[in-house]
Amino acid sequence: MTTFADRPLEEQIAQWRAYVRRRPALHGPDVEELEGHLRDQLAALTKAGLAGDEAFLVAVKRMGSLDALSREFARAHSERLWKQLVMAPGAADESPNRTRAETLVVLILAVAAAVAIKVPELFGVRLGRGGDPPFYARNASLFVLPLLTIYFLWKRGSEVVSGLWLALPFAAAALFANVYPFRTGGDTEVLTALHSPIALWLAVGFAYVRSRRFADGGRMDFVRFSGELAIYYVLIALGGVVFTGFTMMMFRAIEMNAEWLAQGWLIPCGAAGAVIIASWLVEAKKSVIENMAPVLTRLFTPLFTLLLLVFLATMVWTGSPINVKREVLIGFDLLLVLVVGLLLYAASARDPQAPPDFFDGLQLLLVVSALVVDGVALTAIAARISEFGFTPNRVAALGENLILLVNLAWSAWLYACFLRHRGSFGALERWQMAYLPVYSVWAALVVVLFPPVFGYR
Amino acid sequence: MDMSKDLVAASATPLVLAILAEGDSYGYAIIKRVAELSGGHLQWTDGMLYPVLHRLERQGHVAAKWSASENGRRRRYYRITREGRAQLAAQRQQWQVVDGTLRGIWMNACTA
Repeated sequence: MTTFADRPLEEQIAQWRAYVRRRPALHGPDVEELEGHLRDQLAALTKAGLAGDEAFLVAVKRMGSLDALSREFARAHSERLWKQLVMAPGAADESPNRTRAETLVVLILAVAAAVAIKVPELFGVRLGRGGDPPFYARNASLFVLPLLTIYFLWKRGSEVVSGLWLALPFAAAALFANVYPFRTGGDTEVLTALHSPIALWLAVGFAYVRSRRFADGGRMDFVRFSGELAIYYVLIALGGVVFTGFTMMMFRAIEMNAEWLAQGWLIPCGAAGAVIIASWLVEAKKSVIENMAPVLTRLFTPLFTLLLLVFLATMVWTGSPINVKREVLIGFDLLLVLVVGLLLYAASARDPQAPPDFFDGLQLLLVVSALVVDGVALTAIAARISEFGFTPNRVAALGENLILLVNLAWSAWLYACFLRHRGSFGALERWQMAYLPVYSVWAALVVVLFPPVFGYR
Repeated sequence: MDMSKDLVAASATPLVLAILAEGDSYGYAIIKRVAELSGGHLQWTDGMLYPVLHRLERQGHVAAKWSASENGRRRRYYRITREGRAQLAAQRQQWQVVDGTLRGIWMNACTA
Protein backbone atom coordinates (compact mmCIF):
# COMPACT_ATOMS: atom_id res chain seq x y z
CA MET A 1 0.00 0.00 0.00
CA THR A 2 1.58 3.13 -1.15
CA THR A 3 0.77 6.77 -1.07
CA PHE A 4 1.30 8.24 -4.49
CA ALA A 5 3.14 11.43 -5.29
CA ASP A 6 0.80 11.70 -8.28
CA ARG A 7 -1.85 14.18 -7.01
CA PRO A 8 -4.59 13.43 -9.58
CA LEU A 9 -4.23 9.74 -8.80
CA GLU A 10 -4.71 10.38 -5.09
CA GLU A 11 -7.82 12.37 -5.95
CA GLN A 12 -9.17 9.56 -8.07
CA ILE A 13 -8.57 7.14 -5.21
CA ALA A 14 -10.37 9.48 -2.82
CA GLN A 15 -13.34 9.67 -5.19
CA TRP A 16 -13.42 5.91 -5.55
CA ARG A 17 -13.30 5.54 -1.76
CA ALA A 18 -16.20 7.96 -1.26
CA TYR A 19 -18.18 6.07 -3.89
CA VAL A 20 -17.55 2.67 -2.31
CA ARG A 21 -18.36 3.99 1.17
CA ARG A 22 -21.89 4.73 0.10
CA ARG A 23 -22.59 1.00 -0.18
CA PRO A 24 -24.46 -0.02 2.97
CA ALA A 25 -23.07 -3.57 2.92
CA LEU A 26 -19.50 -2.29 2.94
CA HIS A 27 -18.27 -0.98 6.26
CA GLY A 28 -15.32 1.30 6.97
CA PRO A 29 -12.69 -1.43 7.52
CA ASP A 30 -13.80 -3.27 4.35
CA VAL A 31 -13.35 -0.11 2.34
CA GLU A 32 -9.92 0.38 3.87
CA GLU A 33 -8.98 -3.18 2.98
CA LEU A 34 -10.20 -2.77 -0.59
CA GLU A 35 -8.41 0.56 -0.89
CA GLY A 36 -5.21 -1.09 0.28
CA HIS A 37 -5.66 -3.67 -2.45
CA LEU A 38 -6.27 -0.95 -5.04
CA ARG A 39 -3.12 0.85 -3.97
CA ASP A 40 -1.02 -2.33 -4.14
CA GLN A 41 -2.40 -3.00 -7.58
CA LEU A 42 -1.72 0.59 -8.69
CA ALA A 43 1.84 0.43 -7.38
CA ALA A 44 2.47 -2.75 -9.37
CA LEU A 45 0.90 -1.34 -12.53
CA THR A 46 2.75 1.99 -12.45
CA LYS A 47 5.96 0.10 -11.78
CA ALA A 48 5.22 -1.92 -14.92
CA GLY A 49 5.17 1.35 -16.82
CA LEU A 50 1.52 2.43 -16.94
CA ALA A 51 0.67 6.11 -16.44
CA GLY A 52 -1.33 7.01 -13.34
CA ASP A 53 -4.79 7.27 -14.92
CA GLU A 54 -4.28 4.16 -17.08
CA ALA A 55 -3.23 2.23 -14.01
CA PHE A 56 -6.28 3.50 -12.16
CA LEU A 57 -8.64 2.33 -14.90
CA VAL A 58 -7.10 -1.13 -14.98
CA ALA A 59 -7.02 -1.49 -11.20
CA VAL A 60 -10.66 -0.45 -10.80
CA LYS A 61 -11.72 -2.75 -13.62
CA ARG A 62 -9.94 -5.68 -11.99
CA MET A 63 -11.66 -4.90 -8.70
CA GLY A 64 -14.91 -5.88 -10.41
CA SER A 65 -18.42 -4.48 -10.42
CA LEU A 66 -19.33 -2.78 -7.17
CA ASP A 67 -22.89 -4.09 -7.34
CA ALA A 68 -21.72 -7.69 -7.46
CA LEU A 69 -19.14 -6.96 -4.80
CA SER A 70 -21.55 -5.40 -2.34
CA ARG A 71 -23.98 -8.26 -2.99
CA GLU A 72 -21.26 -10.73 -2.03
CA PHE A 73 -20.37 -8.68 1.05
CA ALA A 74 -24.01 -8.61 2.05
CA ARG A 75 -24.13 -12.37 1.68
CA ALA A 76 -21.01 -12.87 3.78
CA HIS A 77 -22.36 -10.49 6.43
CA SER A 78 -26.10 -10.96 6.22
CA GLU A 79 -26.58 -9.14 9.53
CA ARG A 80 -25.40 -5.92 7.95
CA LEU A 81 -28.57 -5.54 6.00
CA TRP A 82 -30.28 -5.39 9.39
CA LYS A 83 -27.64 -3.74 11.43
CA GLN A 84 -28.11 -0.46 9.64
CA LEU A 85 -30.67 0.08 12.37
CA VAL A 86 -27.90 1.10 14.74
CA MET A 87 -26.87 4.70 14.81
CA ALA A 88 -23.79 5.11 12.65
CA PRO A 89 -22.29 8.27 11.22
CA GLY A 90 -22.81 6.96 7.72
CA ALA A 91 -23.28 9.99 5.56
CA ALA A 92 -20.10 11.59 4.34
CA ASP A 93 -21.26 15.08 5.28
CA GLU A 94 -21.70 14.19 8.94
CA SER A 95 -18.53 13.96 10.93
CA PRO A 96 -18.45 11.78 14.07
CA ASN A 97 -18.12 14.99 16.09
CA ARG A 98 -21.34 16.36 14.71
CA THR A 99 -23.09 13.07 15.47
CA ARG A 100 -21.83 13.13 19.03
CA ALA A 101 -22.90 16.75 19.48
CA GLU A 102 -26.33 15.90 18.14
CA THR A 103 -26.70 12.98 20.55
CA LEU A 104 -25.85 15.31 23.39
CA VAL A 105 -28.26 18.04 22.24
CA VAL A 106 -31.05 15.50 21.84
CA LEU A 107 -30.47 14.02 25.28
CA ILE A 108 -30.45 17.46 26.87
CA LEU A 109 -33.66 18.46 25.08
CA ALA A 110 -35.38 15.19 25.97
CA VAL A 111 -34.48 15.61 29.62
CA ALA A 112 -35.60 19.23 29.41
CA ALA A 113 -38.98 18.10 28.06
CA ALA A 114 -39.30 15.59 30.87
CA VAL A 115 -38.40 18.23 33.44
CA ALA A 116 -40.72 20.82 31.86
CA ILE A 117 -43.67 18.55 32.51
CA LYS A 118 -42.80 18.55 36.23
CA VAL A 119 -42.10 22.28 36.56
CA PRO A 120 -45.72 23.35 37.16
CA GLU A 121 -45.72 21.09 40.23
CA LEU A 122 -43.24 23.46 41.84
CA PHE A 123 -46.01 26.03 41.70
CA GLY A 124 -48.55 23.66 43.16
CA VAL A 125 -50.24 22.64 39.89
CA ARG A 126 -50.29 18.89 40.26
CA LEU A 127 -50.83 16.26 37.62
CA GLY A 128 -53.02 13.27 38.37
CA ARG A 129 -55.54 12.79 41.14
CA GLY A 130 -56.40 15.93 43.10
CA GLY A 131 -54.45 18.03 40.62
CA ASP A 132 -55.36 20.12 37.63
CA PRO A 133 -55.50 17.84 34.57
CA PRO A 134 -57.22 20.47 32.37
CA PHE A 135 -54.21 22.74 32.83
CA TYR A 136 -51.96 20.01 31.49
CA ALA A 137 -54.33 19.19 28.66
CA ARG A 138 -54.49 22.83 27.50
CA ASN A 139 -50.72 23.21 27.68
CA ALA A 140 -49.63 19.71 26.62
CA SER A 141 -48.03 20.82 23.36
CA LEU A 142 -46.25 23.71 25.06
CA PHE A 143 -44.11 21.42 27.17
CA VAL A 144 -42.61 19.63 24.19
CA LEU A 145 -43.07 21.40 20.85
CA PRO A 146 -40.90 24.45 21.69
CA LEU A 147 -38.05 22.08 22.53
CA LEU A 148 -38.62 20.16 19.32
CA THR A 149 -38.52 23.47 17.45
CA ILE A 150 -35.24 24.31 19.16
CA TYR A 151 -33.84 20.97 18.06
CA PHE A 152 -34.65 21.65 14.43
CA LEU A 153 -33.41 25.23 14.63
CA TRP A 154 -30.14 23.88 15.98
CA LYS A 155 -29.97 21.05 13.48
CA ARG A 156 -30.64 23.30 10.48
CA GLY A 157 -28.27 25.93 11.79
CA SER A 158 -30.89 28.68 11.71
CA GLU A 159 -30.15 32.15 12.99
CA VAL A 160 -31.31 33.26 16.42
CA VAL A 161 -33.61 35.86 14.87
CA SER A 162 -35.74 33.30 13.08
CA GLY A 163 -35.87 31.33 16.31
CA LEU A 164 -37.30 34.37 18.04
CA TRP A 165 -39.96 34.72 15.35
CA LEU A 166 -40.94 31.10 15.96
CA ALA A 167 -41.23 31.79 19.69
CA LEU A 168 -44.20 34.06 18.94
CA PRO A 169 -46.79 31.37 18.15
CA PHE A 170 -45.81 29.44 21.26
CA ALA A 171 -46.11 32.52 23.43
CA ALA A 172 -49.50 33.26 21.87
CA ALA A 173 -50.68 29.69 22.46
CA ALA A 174 -49.58 29.88 26.10
CA LEU A 175 -51.42 33.15 26.47
CA PHE A 176 -54.70 31.95 24.97
CA ALA A 177 -54.59 28.64 26.82
CA ASN A 178 -54.12 30.24 30.22
CA VAL A 179 -55.68 33.69 30.13
CA TYR A 180 -59.15 32.74 28.88
CA PRO A 181 -61.49 32.04 31.83
CA PHE A 182 -62.56 28.57 30.72
CA ARG A 183 -65.34 26.79 32.54
CA THR A 184 -63.59 23.67 33.82
CA GLY A 185 -64.29 20.69 31.60
CA GLY A 186 -66.21 22.88 29.14
CA ASP A 187 -66.36 22.24 25.40
CA THR A 188 -64.19 25.22 24.47
CA GLU A 189 -61.48 24.08 26.86
CA VAL A 190 -61.41 20.64 25.26
CA LEU A 191 -61.35 22.24 21.82
CA THR A 192 -58.36 24.37 22.80
CA ALA A 193 -56.53 21.32 24.12
CA LEU A 194 -57.18 19.46 20.85
CA HIS A 195 -56.46 22.28 18.43
CA SER A 196 -53.42 24.06 19.81
CA PRO A 197 -51.03 21.17 18.94
CA ILE A 198 -52.35 21.23 15.34
CA ALA A 199 -51.81 24.97 15.10
CA LEU A 200 -48.35 24.79 16.66
CA TRP A 201 -47.28 21.91 14.45
CA LEU A 202 -46.98 24.51 11.70
CA ALA A 203 -44.32 26.31 13.75
CA VAL A 204 -42.42 23.03 14.11
CA GLY A 205 -42.76 22.65 10.35
CA PHE A 206 -41.21 26.06 9.76
CA ALA A 207 -38.25 25.10 11.90
CA TYR A 208 -38.02 21.73 10.16
CA VAL A 209 -37.79 23.07 6.62
CA ARG A 210 -35.97 26.27 7.52
CA SER A 211 -33.43 26.14 4.75
CA ARG A 212 -36.09 25.59 2.12
CA ARG A 213 -38.48 28.32 3.20
CA PHE A 214 -41.38 25.92 3.40
CA ALA A 215 -41.21 25.34 -0.33
CA ASP A 216 -43.24 22.41 -1.59
CA GLY A 217 -40.40 19.90 -1.49
CA GLY A 218 -39.73 20.84 2.12
CA ARG A 219 -43.39 20.50 3.00
CA MET A 220 -43.52 17.00 1.62
CA ASP A 221 -40.48 16.11 3.70
CA PHE A 222 -42.23 17.50 6.74
CA VAL A 223 -45.30 15.39 5.98
CA ARG A 224 -43.09 12.31 5.71
CA PHE A 225 -41.40 13.27 8.95
CA SER A 226 -44.74 13.67 10.71
CA GLY A 227 -45.93 10.24 9.61
CA GLU A 228 -42.75 8.48 10.61
CA LEU A 229 -42.71 10.36 13.91
CA ALA A 230 -46.20 9.10 14.71
CA ILE A 231 -45.12 5.53 13.99
CA TYR A 232 -41.92 5.76 16.02
CA TYR A 233 -43.79 7.41 18.84
CA VAL A 234 -46.31 4.57 18.99
CA LEU A 235 -43.47 2.04 19.01
CA ILE A 236 -41.68 3.84 21.82
CA ALA A 237 -44.96 4.14 23.71
CA LEU A 238 -45.43 0.37 23.45
CA GLY A 239 -42.00 -0.09 24.96
CA GLY A 240 -42.94 2.40 27.65
CA VAL A 241 -46.06 0.44 28.52
CA VAL A 242 -44.00 -2.71 28.99
CA PHE A 243 -41.45 -0.83 31.07
CA THR A 244 -44.12 0.70 33.31
CA GLY A 245 -45.83 -2.66 33.70
CA PHE A 246 -42.60 -4.27 34.87
CA THR A 247 -41.91 -1.40 37.28
CA MET A 248 -45.31 -1.85 38.91
CA MET A 249 -45.04 -5.63 38.99
CA MET A 250 -41.58 -5.74 40.52
CA PHE A 251 -42.29 -3.26 43.28
CA ARG A 252 -45.56 -4.94 44.05
CA ALA A 253 -43.55 -8.12 44.61
CA ILE A 254 -41.83 -6.42 47.54
CA GLU A 255 -45.14 -5.04 48.83
CA MET A 256 -44.61 -1.51 47.57
CA ASN A 257 -47.00 0.48 45.46
CA ALA A 258 -45.18 2.24 42.63
CA GLU A 259 -48.31 3.82 41.23
CA TRP A 260 -47.19 7.35 42.15
CA LEU A 261 -43.91 6.74 40.36
CA ALA A 262 -45.61 5.47 37.22
CA GLN A 263 -48.37 8.05 37.07
CA GLY A 264 -46.45 11.05 38.35
CA TRP A 265 -43.10 10.46 36.70
CA LEU A 266 -42.66 7.58 34.28
CA ILE A 267 -45.66 8.18 32.05
CA PRO A 268 -45.71 12.00 31.78
CA CYS A 269 -41.94 12.45 31.62
CA GLY A 270 -41.56 9.52 29.25
CA ALA A 271 -44.33 10.77 26.98
CA ALA A 272 -42.70 14.21 26.77
CA GLY A 273 -39.14 13.03 26.26
CA ALA A 274 -40.18 10.40 23.73
CA VAL A 275 -41.33 13.09 21.27
CA ILE A 276 -37.80 14.47 21.06
CA ILE A 277 -36.19 11.03 20.94
CA ALA A 278 -38.60 9.82 18.26
CA SER A 279 -37.95 12.93 16.14
CA TRP A 280 -34.24 12.35 16.40
CA LEU A 281 -34.63 8.70 15.39
CA VAL A 282 -36.69 9.67 12.35
CA GLU A 283 -34.08 12.24 11.37
CA ALA A 284 -31.23 9.82 11.84
CA LYS A 285 -32.85 6.95 10.02
CA LYS A 286 -34.73 8.58 7.22
CA SER A 287 -32.28 7.33 4.66
CA VAL A 288 -31.61 4.03 6.35
CA ILE A 289 -34.78 2.02 6.61
CA GLU A 290 -37.84 1.91 4.50
CA ASN A 291 -40.36 4.51 5.53
CA MET A 292 -43.28 2.87 7.25
CA ALA A 293 -46.08 5.35 6.53
CA PRO A 294 -46.22 4.65 2.76
CA VAL A 295 -46.06 0.93 3.44
CA LEU A 296 -49.07 1.14 5.76
CA THR A 297 -50.81 3.28 3.15
CA ARG A 298 -50.36 0.63 0.51
CA LEU A 299 -51.70 -2.01 2.89
CA PHE A 300 -54.76 -0.12 4.04
CA THR A 301 -55.90 1.84 0.99
CA PRO A 302 -57.56 -1.23 -0.60
CA LEU A 303 -59.08 -2.26 2.73
CA PHE A 304 -60.60 1.15 3.42
CA THR A 305 -61.87 1.44 -0.14
CA LEU A 306 -63.58 -1.89 0.29
CA LEU A 307 -65.02 -0.86 3.64
CA LEU A 308 -66.49 2.36 2.25
CA LEU A 309 -67.97 0.63 -0.79
CA VAL A 310 -69.53 -2.13 1.29
CA PHE A 311 -70.87 0.47 3.73
CA LEU A 312 -72.46 2.49 0.92
CA ALA A 313 -73.94 -0.62 -0.66
CA THR A 314 -75.37 -1.75 2.66
CA MET A 315 -76.86 1.66 3.31
CA VAL A 316 -78.51 1.76 -0.09
CA TRP A 317 -79.69 -1.83 0.21
CA THR A 318 -81.22 -1.58 3.65
CA GLY A 319 -82.24 2.08 3.38
CA SER A 320 -81.32 2.67 7.02
CA PRO A 321 -80.43 6.33 7.65
CA ILE A 322 -77.37 7.48 9.57
CA ASN A 323 -78.27 7.71 13.22
CA VAL A 324 -76.94 11.12 14.21
CA LYS A 325 -75.49 10.94 17.67
CA ARG A 326 -72.92 13.18 19.29
CA GLU A 327 -69.87 11.29 18.16
CA VAL A 328 -70.99 10.64 14.58
CA LEU A 329 -69.80 14.00 13.30
CA ILE A 330 -66.39 13.53 14.90
CA GLY A 331 -66.29 9.99 13.50
CA PHE A 332 -66.83 11.19 9.95
CA ASP A 333 -64.27 13.95 10.43
CA LEU A 334 -61.78 11.31 11.43
CA LEU A 335 -62.71 9.26 8.40
CA LEU A 336 -61.89 12.19 6.14
CA VAL A 337 -58.64 12.84 8.01
CA LEU A 338 -57.74 9.22 7.44
CA VAL A 339 -58.49 9.42 3.73
CA VAL A 340 -56.45 12.62 3.40
CA GLY A 341 -53.66 10.85 5.27
CA LEU A 342 -53.79 7.86 2.93
CA LEU A 343 -53.72 10.24 -0.01
CA LEU A 344 -50.78 12.22 1.39
CA TYR A 345 -48.62 9.24 2.20
CA ALA A 346 -49.40 7.53 -1.08
CA ALA A 347 -48.28 10.74 -2.77
CA SER A 348 -45.18 10.96 -0.60
CA ALA A 349 -43.92 7.58 -1.78
CA ARG A 350 -44.89 8.02 -5.40
CA ASP A 351 -42.65 9.04 -8.25
CA PRO A 352 -44.49 12.07 -9.65
CA GLN A 353 -43.23 11.24 -13.14
CA ALA A 354 -44.63 7.70 -13.22
CA PRO A 355 -47.76 7.13 -15.34
CA PRO A 356 -51.06 6.26 -13.62
CA ASP A 357 -51.40 2.67 -12.49
CA PHE A 358 -53.96 0.44 -10.80
CA PHE A 359 -53.20 1.86 -7.35
CA ASP A 360 -54.02 5.38 -8.53
CA GLY A 361 -57.42 4.20 -9.70
CA LEU A 362 -57.94 2.66 -6.29
CA GLN A 363 -57.00 5.94 -4.62
CA LEU A 364 -59.53 7.83 -6.68
CA LEU A 365 -62.18 5.25 -5.82
CA LEU A 366 -61.31 5.66 -2.15
CA VAL A 367 -61.58 9.45 -2.30
CA VAL A 368 -64.84 9.43 -4.21
CA SER A 369 -66.49 6.88 -1.96
CA ALA A 370 -65.31 8.81 1.11
CA LEU A 371 -66.86 11.95 -0.39
CA VAL A 372 -70.18 10.19 -0.96
CA VAL A 373 -70.24 8.71 2.55
CA ASP A 374 -69.37 12.07 4.04
CA GLY A 375 -72.03 13.82 1.94
CA VAL A 376 -74.66 11.47 3.29
CA ALA A 377 -73.47 12.01 6.84
CA LEU A 378 -73.35 15.80 6.42
CA THR A 379 -76.94 16.08 5.29
CA ALA A 380 -78.01 14.09 8.32
CA ILE A 381 -75.94 16.29 10.60
CA ALA A 382 -77.12 19.54 8.99
CA ALA A 383 -80.68 18.51 9.73
CA ARG A 384 -79.78 17.95 13.35
CA ILE A 385 -77.99 21.26 13.71
CA SER A 386 -80.90 23.22 12.27
CA GLU A 387 -83.02 21.47 14.84
CA PHE A 388 -80.86 21.89 17.96
CA GLY A 389 -78.71 24.92 17.20
CA PHE A 390 -74.97 25.51 17.30
CA THR A 391 -72.54 24.38 19.94
CA PRO A 392 -68.77 24.95 19.84
CA ASN A 393 -68.20 21.24 19.20
CA ARG A 394 -70.60 21.11 16.28
CA VAL A 395 -69.20 24.25 14.66
CA ALA A 396 -65.63 23.03 15.06
CA ALA A 397 -66.47 19.60 13.67
CA LEU A 398 -68.48 21.09 10.83
CA GLY A 399 -65.68 23.50 9.92
CA GLU A 400 -63.17 20.68 9.86
CA ASN A 401 -65.48 18.57 7.77
CA LEU A 402 -65.86 21.39 5.27
CA ILE A 403 -62.10 21.99 5.05
CA LEU A 404 -61.42 18.31 4.43
CA LEU A 405 -64.29 18.05 2.00
CA VAL A 406 -62.93 20.90 -0.12
CA ASN A 407 -59.51 19.30 -0.10
CA LEU A 408 -60.82 15.88 -1.10
CA ALA A 409 -63.22 17.16 -3.73
CA TRP A 410 -60.50 19.09 -5.51
CA SER A 411 -58.08 16.16 -5.05
CA ALA A 412 -60.60 13.84 -6.66
CA TRP A 413 -60.90 16.22 -9.60
CA LEU A 414 -57.11 16.45 -10.00
CA TYR A 415 -56.81 12.69 -9.66
CA ALA A 416 -59.41 12.15 -12.34
CA CYS A 417 -57.54 14.55 -14.65
CA PHE A 418 -54.34 12.67 -13.96
CA LEU A 419 -55.92 9.29 -14.68
CA ARG A 420 -57.27 10.55 -17.99
CA HIS A 421 -53.79 11.84 -18.83
CA ARG A 422 -55.05 15.41 -18.78
CA GLY A 423 -52.87 16.53 -15.91
CA SER A 424 -49.79 15.54 -13.94
CA PHE A 425 -49.52 13.91 -10.57
CA GLY A 426 -47.41 16.87 -9.53
CA ALA A 427 -50.51 19.07 -9.62
CA LEU A 428 -52.21 16.86 -7.04
CA GLU A 429 -49.14 16.87 -4.85
CA ARG A 430 -48.82 20.67 -5.09
CA TRP A 431 -52.47 21.04 -4.14
CA GLN A 432 -52.06 18.86 -1.07
CA MET A 433 -48.94 20.74 -0.03
CA ALA A 434 -50.52 24.14 -0.63
CA TYR A 435 -53.45 23.07 1.53
CA LEU A 436 -51.39 22.06 4.57
CA PRO A 437 -51.34 25.47 6.32
CA VAL A 438 -55.15 25.63 6.10
CA TYR A 439 -55.45 22.97 8.80
CA SER A 440 -53.19 24.86 11.16
CA VAL A 441 -54.83 28.20 10.46
CA TRP A 442 -58.26 26.72 11.18
CA ALA A 443 -56.93 25.15 14.39
CA ALA A 444 -55.52 28.52 15.40
CA LEU A 445 -58.90 30.14 14.74
CA VAL A 446 -60.57 27.56 16.98
CA VAL A 447 -58.09 28.27 19.76
CA VAL A 448 -58.28 32.04 19.48
CA LEU A 449 -61.88 32.78 18.55
CA PHE A 450 -64.08 29.98 19.81
CA PRO A 451 -63.75 30.48 23.58
CA PRO A 452 -64.86 34.15 23.58
CA VAL A 453 -67.48 33.62 20.85
CA PHE A 454 -69.09 30.76 22.72
CA GLY A 455 -68.73 32.36 26.14
CA TYR A 456 -66.07 29.89 27.44
CA ARG A 457 -68.71 27.16 27.72
CA MET B 1 -9.18 -19.90 -21.29
CA ASP B 2 -12.43 -18.73 -19.76
CA MET B 3 -13.21 -20.68 -16.61
CA SER B 4 -16.82 -21.21 -15.62
CA LYS B 5 -17.96 -18.92 -12.83
CA ASP B 6 -19.21 -21.78 -10.69
CA LEU B 7 -15.93 -23.58 -10.90
CA VAL B 8 -13.99 -20.45 -9.96
CA ALA B 9 -16.29 -19.90 -7.01
CA ALA B 10 -16.08 -23.53 -5.87
CA SER B 11 -12.31 -23.62 -6.07
CA ALA B 12 -11.87 -20.32 -4.22
CA THR B 13 -12.15 -21.76 -0.70
CA PRO B 14 -9.60 -24.58 -1.06
CA LEU B 15 -7.24 -22.31 -2.96
CA VAL B 16 -7.32 -19.55 -0.35
CA LEU B 17 -6.94 -22.05 2.48
CA ALA B 18 -4.08 -23.80 0.72
CA ILE B 19 -2.24 -20.54 0.09
CA LEU B 20 -2.70 -19.49 3.70
CA ALA B 21 -1.44 -22.90 4.78
CA GLU B 22 1.86 -21.93 3.14
CA GLY B 23 2.06 -18.91 5.42
CA ASP B 24 0.18 -15.80 6.58
CA SER B 25 -0.78 -13.48 3.79
CA TYR B 26 -3.05 -10.63 2.68
CA GLY B 27 -5.54 -10.08 -0.10
CA TYR B 28 -3.37 -8.65 -2.84
CA ALA B 29 -0.60 -11.19 -2.26
CA ILE B 30 -3.11 -14.08 -2.31
CA ILE B 31 -4.42 -12.96 -5.70
CA LYS B 32 -0.91 -12.66 -7.05
CA ARG B 33 -0.09 -16.12 -5.76
CA VAL B 34 -3.19 -17.61 -7.42
CA ALA B 35 -2.27 -16.06 -10.76
CA GLU B 36 1.27 -17.33 -10.38
CA LEU B 37 0.24 -20.89 -9.43
CA SER B 38 -2.29 -21.17 -12.25
CA GLY B 39 0.03 -19.65 -14.80
CA GLY B 40 -2.46 -16.81 -15.22
CA HIS B 41 -5.34 -19.13 -16.15
CA LEU B 42 -7.29 -18.52 -12.94
CA GLN B 43 -8.21 -14.85 -13.01
CA TRP B 44 -10.35 -13.72 -10.13
CA THR B 45 -12.19 -10.47 -10.03
CA ASP B 46 -9.98 -8.91 -7.36
CA GLY B 47 -12.73 -7.58 -5.11
CA MET B 48 -14.48 -10.93 -4.88
CA LEU B 49 -11.66 -12.41 -2.83
CA TYR B 50 -12.57 -10.28 0.18
CA PRO B 51 -16.10 -11.58 0.75
CA VAL B 52 -14.61 -15.08 0.53
CA LEU B 53 -11.97 -14.22 3.13
CA HIS B 54 -14.57 -12.67 5.40
CA ARG B 55 -16.83 -15.69 5.12
CA LEU B 56 -13.94 -18.00 5.99
CA GLU B 57 -13.18 -15.77 8.94
CA ARG B 58 -16.75 -16.04 10.22
CA GLN B 59 -16.64 -19.78 9.84
CA GLY B 60 -13.48 -19.76 11.92
CA HIS B 61 -11.30 -21.22 9.16
CA VAL B 62 -9.04 -18.19 9.08
CA ALA B 63 -8.19 -15.47 11.58
CA ALA B 64 -7.44 -11.89 10.62
CA LYS B 65 -5.65 -9.00 12.21
CA TRP B 66 -4.65 -5.52 11.18
CA SER B 67 -0.96 -4.80 11.27
CA ALA B 68 1.37 -2.28 9.74
CA SER B 69 2.71 -3.11 6.29
CA GLU B 70 6.13 -2.24 4.94
CA ASN B 71 4.87 1.10 3.60
CA GLY B 72 3.25 2.50 6.71
CA ARG B 73 -0.46 1.94 5.96
CA ARG B 74 -2.15 -0.80 7.90
CA ARG B 75 -3.08 -3.98 6.16
CA ARG B 76 -5.26 -6.93 7.09
CA TYR B 77 -3.29 -10.16 7.40
CA TYR B 78 -4.97 -13.55 7.36
CA ARG B 79 -3.79 -16.73 9.10
CA ILE B 80 -5.22 -20.23 8.75
CA THR B 81 -6.63 -21.74 11.95
CA ARG B 82 -6.73 -25.34 13.13
CA GLU B 83 -10.32 -25.67 11.89
CA GLY B 84 -9.16 -24.18 8.62
CA ARG B 85 -6.55 -26.87 8.22
CA ALA B 86 -9.12 -29.56 8.92
CA GLN B 87 -11.44 -27.95 6.38
CA LEU B 88 -8.61 -27.83 3.86
CA ALA B 89 -7.91 -31.53 4.36
CA ALA B 90 -11.61 -32.35 3.86
CA GLN B 91 -11.83 -30.22 0.73
CA ARG B 92 -8.67 -31.76 -0.58
CA GLN B 93 -10.18 -35.24 -0.31
CA GLN B 94 -13.34 -34.09 -2.10
CA TRP B 95 -11.38 -32.50 -4.93
CA GLN B 96 -9.25 -35.62 -5.25
CA VAL B 97 -12.40 -37.69 -5.69
CA VAL B 98 -13.65 -35.34 -8.41
CA ASP B 99 -10.23 -35.22 -10.03
CA GLY B 100 -9.80 -39.00 -9.88
CA THR B 101 -13.22 -39.65 -11.36
CA LEU B 102 -12.72 -37.22 -14.22
CA ARG B 103 -9.27 -38.61 -14.91
CA GLY B 104 -10.66 -42.13 -15.05
CA ILE B 105 -13.41 -41.33 -17.50
CA TRP B 106 -11.19 -39.20 -19.74
CA MET B 107 -8.52 -41.87 -19.74
CA ASN B 108 -11.09 -44.40 -20.92
CA ALA B 109 -12.28 -41.98 -23.58
CA CYS B 110 -8.72 -41.66 -24.86
CA THR B 111 -8.05 -45.39 -24.96
CA ALA B 112 -11.46 -46.33 -26.34
